[in-house]
Amino acid sequence: MSGGVDSAVAAARAVEAGHDVTGVHLALSRAGGTLRTGSRGCCTIEDAMDARRAADLLGIPFYVWDFSERFRDDVIDDFISEYQAGRTPNPCMRCNEKIKFAALLERALELGFDAVCTGHYANLVSTETGLELHRAADDAKDQSYVLGVLTAEQLAHTYFPLGETPSKALVRAEAAERGLSVAQKPDSHDICFIPDGDTRGWLAEKVGAEQGEILDRDGQVVGSHDGAHAFTVGQRRGLKLGIPAPDGKPRFVLEVRPVSNTVVVGPKEALAIGEISGERHSWAGAAPTSGEFDCEVQIRAHSEPVPAHASVSADGVTVVPDVPLDGVAPGQTAVLYVGTRVLGQFTIDRTVSAVPVSA
Amino acid sequence: MRFYLDHAATTPLRPEAREAWLTAADVVGNAASTHGAGQDARRLLEDARETIAEALGCDPIEVVLTSGGTESINTALHGMWASRAVDADAVVLPDGEHHATMDTVTALAASGAVVRPVALTPLGGIEPAAFADALPGAALATALVANNEVGTINEAHALSAAAAAAGVPLHLDAVAALGHVPLSFRDLRSDAAAGAGLVAMSVAGHKIGAPVGVGALVVARTARMAPLLHGGAQQRGLRAGTQDVPGAAAFAAALVAARSEFDVENLRLTGLRDRLIDGIRAAVPSARLLGDPVHRLPGNAHILFPGAVGESLLFLLDVAGVAASTGSACQAGVAEPSHVVLAMGGSDQDARSVLRFTLGRTSTDADVDAVLGAIAEAYARASGARSAGRS
Repeated sequence: MSGGVDSAVAAARAVEAGHDVTGVHLALSRAGGTLRTGSRGCCTIEDAMDARRAADLLGIPFYVWDFSERFRDDVIDDFISEYQAGRTPNPCMRCNEKIKFAALLERALELGFDAVCTGHYANLVSTETGLELHRAADDAKDQSYVLGVLTAEQLAHTYFPLGETPSKALVRAEAAERGLSVAQKPDSHDICFIPDGDTRGWLAEKVGAEQGEILDRDGQVVGSHDGAHAFTVGQRRGLKLGIPAPDGKPRFVLEVRPVSNTVVVGPKEALAIGEISGERHSWAGAAPTSGEFDCEVQIRAHSEPVPAHASVSADGVTVVPDVPLDGVAPGQTAVLYVGTRVLGQFTIDRTVSAVPVSA
Repeated sequence: MRFYLDHAATTPLRPEAREAWLTAADVVGNAASTHGAGQDARRLLEDARETIAEALGCDPIEVVLTSGGTESINTALHGMWASRAVDADAVVLPDGEHHATMDTVTALAASGAVVRPVALTPLGGIEPAAFADALPGAALATALVANNEVGTINEAHALSAAAAAAGVPLHLDAVAALGHVPLSFRDLRSDAAAGAGLVAMSVAGHKIGAPVGVGALVVARTARMAPLLHGGAQQRGLRAGTQDVPGAAAFAAALVAARSEFDVENLRLTGLRDRLIDGIRAAVPSARLLGDPVHRLPGNAHILFPGAVGESLLFLLDVAGVAASTGSACQAGVAEPSHVVLAMGGSDQDARSVLRFTLGRTSTDADVDAVLGAIAEAYARASGARSAGRS
């Protein structure tokens, strides 16, 4: 129970369904802020209190468990080292993979619980071949992407009471009806361990910011920057290039090279990616029966899925989208879908441009 | 069925305290007012103060009533620091003190205090010779009479004598000791010179069956101490604010009751505690008693459960109806690794694998039996659920 409306309503529904429910708030930061400001959604005293009061209303026991060390090791440090390696990580996914459905689940099972129930918007469907993970009924709130890292074993001990609710507004209305004080609490959408939402500033503090060069695809210097980590592939704003492109068209970040602290820019067409692949992958349920299959690929939490062809080998997964993908950065997670079903995911290691390279 | 083994956190209200509290609560009047109603309240207050002074072995004028242990400690340390000798800036702070003391000294450090730590013994006590070594030229010193977590009782007389010999003013935190260790401020202070040796001693009412919200700071009549709170001349000007007459009456009643049963009750608690410790060791052979096995608070069993997560143990015992403690928790409710265990030389893992069981006036054999019935299973599960472990 994060202290937000979703987990409060999920807990209420679990209680109503007759389960023996215990509320657990995860302490993920030792140096959490005291009061909520803006949209920051976890790790504050106020959030812990909101979660506690929701548990009080539901009449369930409530505990705060400290996973801050594992969170620091597996999520925060990973986030920093991924950026240092020029990759774009998704910390919420890592948290689901390593904390909520791993460290917490392990402890829960040891202590005699059967499952971890969360306020995520996704659906579990039981089939002959086992459990399947599906998109939530509410497209706008669907969180199946960030759950794409869950394995069959994890899904077997997972419970998402909100997945079939057609809209978040209904969840808020239900919370109000139940008398939950968090009914109108703002959604959290920032990275919870970055207090003011200033990811660039936070990263600069952690990894240091050194001036470096901005190059075009021919290697010519076209500008300078204050730290390569602050840039993501596909970014257009904030480049402040001194030398305009020959054709006068806007330029975008194509590549971030952390070792040489350089950023490569080029025209929008060069952002188009025709193939992605990665080694680190998992299947959310039964593994595909064939090494090659058609699916849809989604590369960000809120991007549109694109029809694609996937092939799986000992080296990992390779996906060729029917239409080129924009703004793909190594480190991002590609989640594969068939219809509403989540097949699995891989971390993107390598991308291949859809168009021949020219300056 | 619930079994309460966290009396050191707070212990049930004594019937005598409850009666005195409620009776005094019906008396209208501010003890500072000069009219008849005020005088009635003042009479009750000073009756209580005299009783408290008698119980703590000091003069009534030396009893400064506060809201509890934390306020007493803050008042003493801030007040002593503000009145320190001009050329002194060191604060003698043994390791493993209560957070109220440690955090207050941290606050003093911001205004120039230099902390002189004193290492704890492996049994969680303060070695008087080591304490004495830290004293020369210090602005002030502080020490626990008994450690609230691991239950080790210190040689308060020796600490006090060392401070008197060094000419350093000393504050004693007697919050955990009250009711379990004989406390006489007069005896402890002995014949120390004005402004040196024991000058202040903190106690809290709710540890002996008075309500939460009342405590006292004994301040030697010769002590140099600036007030923490401003706004009125109550209580020698050391603690401004309308005085809590019902709280004082309840505290006095609780002290009288605790004194009358002191020997019998502490003997009874020691017996229960030893049965608890022996039973836990029998059920969990790897379990280890921390703190001094002899010089320890009668109701305190502080046990290391190697390899277990304290958080998980606490949860599993709670499910079995047993209320125990891992020591302190942060504001959000996270169990903290015990700084006392760390100060005793324990590992970080050890500091997260301890449980404190504390017995009190209402404890019975049934409470001990409840722990012994649940602990083996809880340990087995909690040592599987290693928070530091990786799958």
